[in-house]
Amino acid sequence: MSDVPALKVSAIVKTYHVGTALTNIFKGRKNRHTTLTALAGVDLELRRGEILALVGESGSGKSTLAKILVRSIRPTSGELFYGGRLVPAKRTKDATRRIQIVFQDPYSSLNPRLTVKAMLAELLILHKIVPRREVRAESIRLLNRVGLEESALDAYPSQFSGGQRQRLAIARALAVRPDILIADEPVSALDVSVQATILELLTSLQRELGLSILFIGHNLAVVQHLSQRVAVMYLGRIVEVANTEDLFANPRHPYTRALIESVPRMTERVEDEFVIKGEPPSPLNLPQGCRFHPRCPYAVDACRTTDPPLMHVEDWHESACLRFEELPAFSSVRAR
Amino acid sequence: MTTPTAVLVKFKQSRRAANSRSLKRWYQNGPLLAGMIIVGIVVVVAVFAPLISPYDPIKQDLLSTLQSPSSAHWLGTDKLGRDVLSRLMWGARVDLRIGFLAVLIPFVFGSIIGALAGYFGGWFDVVVMRIVDVFFAFPFYVIVIALVFVFGSGETSIYLAIAVVSWVAYAKIVRGEVIVAKTQDYVTAARLGGMSHMRILVRHIGPNVLSQVIIYAMSDIVMDIMAIVTLGYLGLGIAPPTPEWGSMILDGQEFITTQWQQATIPGLMVVVMSLGLSWIGDGLSDLLSPDRRK
Repeated sequence: MSDVPALKVSAIVKTYHVGTALTNIFKGRKNRHTTLTALAGVDLELRRGEILALVGESGSGKSTLAKILVRSIRPTSGELFYGGRLVPAKRTKDATRRIQIVFQDPYSSLNPRLTVKAMLAELLILHKIVPRREVRAESIRLLNRVGLEESALDAYPSQFSGGQRQRLAIARALAVRPDILIADEPVSALDVSVQATILELLTSLQRELGLSILFIGHNLAVVQHLSQRVAVMYLGRIVEVANTEDLFANPRHPYTRALIESVPRMTERVEDEFVIKGEPPSPLNLPQGCRFHPRCPYAVDACRTTDPPLMHVEDWHESACLRFEELPAFSSVRAR
Repeated sequence: MTTPTAVLVKFKQSRRAANSRSLKRWYQNGPLLAGMIIVGIVVVVAVFAPLISPYDPIKQDLLSTLQSPSSAHWLGTDKLGRDVLSRLMWGARVDLRIGFLAVLIPFVFGSIIGALAGYFGGWFDVVVMRIVDVFFAFPFYVIVIALVFVFGSGETSIYLAIAVVSWVAYAKIVRGEVIVAKTQDYVTAARLGGMSHMRILVRHIGPNVLSQVIIYAMSDIVMDIMAIVTLGYLGLGIAPPTPEWGSMILDGQEFITTQWQQATIPGLMVVVMSLGLSWIGDGLSDLLSPDRRK
């Protein structure tokens, strides 16, 4: 039973049509629509009780994937499994309960007109988590769980700081007793000093409640200490998945290497070959072959024609690089 | 390895700040207070008009017509010998009642339509907003006067005419606010909390958009009172002899050179009421705007 992943997606594709027909006529395009590929076939497994980090730069499709996972938007194609079962198209109250999300911006994610008490009580009653007379006790328990006091119950969100608001958002997510928590860049909007306390809270939730957490972020330094596994995303595709230690010690995709090298540090100069040049290509017009080849220092001719799938490197380590075996040994300052 | 120690965060201080801010609401909001005093006085006079008015407002006294202000008739008498002060008091009853009541139907109807259009979007939104555009393209008074002609003069047709014309403003305001609110993460979170669209609209989006509509409603009451007075002045409003400010202006204007107060005082009352209601609207927008609560 424990082998069954808490959450699994396979071949998720999400495309958007952009530009109206009229502008395309003026630009002399043949197609009526331009297609933006946000996700180009994503396979991912979140195991029970683990923290999986999903990293990638802005526009790589992390948040789109998060929204698809919580079924806030529909994928163009692909399948979604919770606990080994295919998720039906129709949304049920219980299925939505089991997977919850914490958003990036704690200012937009809390309703300014609802007190903390009202916010929590509504969910507890709607899902019949506890009997009505225990709602207050349960709310206090939830607040304490996320490190807030009972006196927070009667307050409005405007009376809290950013970090406290994020704690409230986590409490709201926990109120319905989910199995899976999606944390969509939950600390990016917070001060560095506050970030650490929220990360610590997430770790304790994983450890004590056995929650499976998908942590989305762009900061590798944060991810290294938090997650058991890391998935690296680039332009709508997962390019490398590995256990965290493995990934940092022995990255098998040039993009991952560049990401690790780009974490600012004080001791050493960054080797030039690992600095990625240029901007990521436009998702409106993806390059032929490997999507990373225009920026890749190791690209060969094959990379320009073949779009590599995720390939098995070793146990629990997959990479979408044609030359993953030929990449030179990686010695990172971090790994020492 | 760090042990997860729960940091119990205190915020007594911010709580106290919140209390003092809520105290500030009452006696530090100048416009709101001034507006409420003005409107309050007029409303009290209107409510108690049967008790405090010195004369019967429709009783004619043809022996004492067109009198100047005196101790018997504080504001003089009109061409049929009726006491102007008493008519003013009774007129407030009619004008205020219609003004306040006429806001209700468009407020409720327009808000609901606007909320649904903004929340669900799609073809319903397109259709509703085109209808709104059509109504907006007509000048307010032209369409109200046309409708009163169609429905026939009288209080009911005034309500109807105003409702038909002014729901569009509410629909437009609420739609815009709902479109902004529904992109907020707390709406997504409520959806993921398993709540129905209805519940989200009423409980989560509603309170966040209502303040703008309430503020608009204050200025809409002013518009409605102006409309009733205008209709009365044009002879399309409440049928005589019922006292009403607009028809009082109409009656008084032929004697403006000799008995100026007959037309001027009802006109001033309209100005004072408008001022009071606008101040209340200003004060409420200070009080209710979410960004001020932060």
